[in-house]
Amino acid sequence: MTASPALRRFNERLPYVLVPLLLLVMLPAMSFSTWLTLTVAGLAMGMMLFLMAAGLTLIFGLMQVFTFAHGAFITLGAYLAVSVVGALAGWSGAESWWLNLAVLGIALAVALLATGAAGYVFERVIIRRVYGSHLRQILITVGGLIIAEQLIVAIWGANPLPLPKPASFRGSLILGGAAIEKYRLVAAALGLVVYGALHLLLNRTRVGLLVRAGVENREMVEALGYRIRRLFIGVFVAGTALAGVGGVMWALYQELVTRSIGSEMTILIFIILVIGGLGSIGGCFTAALLVGLVTNYVGFLAPKLALGSTILLMMLVLLWRPRGLFPVGAE
Amino acid sequence: MTETPLLRLAGVHTHIGRYHILHGVDLAVRRGRLTMLLGRNGAGKTTTLRTIMGLWRPSAGEIVFDGAPIGGMETPDIARLGIAYVPESMGIFAQLTVRENLLLATGPAGFDKARLDEVLALFPALKQKWADSAGALSGGQKQMLAISRAIIENRRLLVVDEPTKGLAPAVIQHLIDAFLRLKSTETTILLVEQNFHMARSVGDDVAVMDDGRIVHTGSMAALAGDEALQQHLLGLSLASHQ
Repeated sequence: MTASPALRRFNERLPYVLVPLLLLVMLPAMSFSTWLTLTVAGLAMGMMLFLMAAGLTLIFGLMQVFTFAHGAFITLGAYLAVSVVGALAGWSGAESWWLNLAVLGIALAVALLATGAAGYVFERVIIRRVYGSHLRQILITVGGLIIAEQLIVAIWGANPLPLPKPASFRGSLILGGAAIEKYRLVAAALGLVVYGALHLLLNRTRVGLLVRAGVENREMVEALGYRIRRLFIGVFVAGTALAGVGGVMWALYQELVTRSIGSEMTILIFIILVIGGLGSIGGCFTAALLVGLVTNYVGFLAPKLALGSTILLMMLVLLWRPRGLFPVGAE
Repeated sequence: MTETPLLRLAGVHTHIGRYHILHGVDLAVRRGRLTMLLGRNGAGKTTTLRTIMGLWRPSAGEIVFDGAPIGGMETPDIARLGIAYVPESMGIFAQLTVRENLLLATGPAGFDKARLDEVLALFPALKQKWADSAGALSGGQKQMLAISRAIIENRRLLVVDEPTKGLAPAVIQHLIDAFLRLKSTETTILLVEQNFHMARSVGDDVAVMDDGRIVHTGSMAALAGDEALQQHLLGLSLASHQ
């Protein structure tokens, strides 16, 4: 029997309640101040994960390209942050919100442009040769990841580099008896802005409409007269640029940049993509928040389970919805 | 002088991987007429349509649209010549709304209000489902949406693959009415169909395929009136498919 449209809509939107539900369920399990601290930490972590994963979900969903080189663009963004913050050390060290925000803004803009440009070259030189062949995609992008990491070592050196946060982003605010790190609020705000912008782009513009349609049925988009390859390049560039932005934010959060900062995130990003449903920005956002929150809550309540908590979350979601929370396109 | 057909296939061969599917298809689609492409399952009808649209590359032969060769061109370029395609799967974007599905098929200026009204008059059910996601539509409504999307802009040729597949008789009759109205506007249509009631109701010309070749061409009326020919070409009689 086919479900009624109302029931179908309800079922489709059900995963949206997961994040609020998790917040409510965790409230009685700890003191309010601890809950608030962990919640803000989890949301901020989730937003940063979203920044790093959002591009990849579109690349997977639309282009069906299995790229393992995404971590390299995160790493590139992180090292660019080191260079920009280092070059603007005077502004970064000044006790001025405006100067500190300017440093962050410049680092984000440089990372956005440079990783986007690197993504363009990567798509034109490497990815375009392996469309339609998943095995070759995996092999060639793993190779690309190794080469990119070595290039980064050649430019910035092999040693880990410190990356102090701009002065105003250090320390915490005391709110409701809880200590909230200022930087986490900045990261959460940026994640929200990017999510909002992506949401508007995908839902209110012709390009967004094409991307959503292309994720579902590329062949039909071409039969309507659109050149999907151009769309592929645009999505790949946007995806890598977002990875660079995520790399800047994650590096400033860690305050230490290593050459494996991006590849270390790859597994977590894949888990988010699988939980959210490949190709779904809303799914990616929800999954990233869930992963961020679960990691922080479980890390506090049962530290021994923290490492496997995200994998357990993924298993539970897949048992409920085998194609992820918000499945897109053909099975 | 013989009128030049809008679309002509001459000696078209198509291979899909190791398989040789089309073995020299010769087909002419005349302007302003509805040409039925009939044949048993596996005869090569869908492959012929996909080859016309550039979704499979012809390995030999010539495909000419309005005097210009299009064989081997990219699908978007073929579509931009004014050829609309409705695949057997309908190609509906289930996550998009009815409005968004139609909007994708319009030019940069968006909907032409008069044209949109005409299309929605053809399929009024879509008007009520305007803001609903296309995935929530019934099978018949999805087919109506697929055809509406193909005609929301003026096209020179409609290529439609088995629109009645899996639909209830009442919906099929609705589609027949819609095709008859489209015919009255002199739209050129190439239609693959297994439902012979529909074929007989709307077809002007007919081409019958078997084993990757065209084995018969003529008028639909002549085929409909010749039971022996139907048995010979299709292995059945149209009269038994009312």
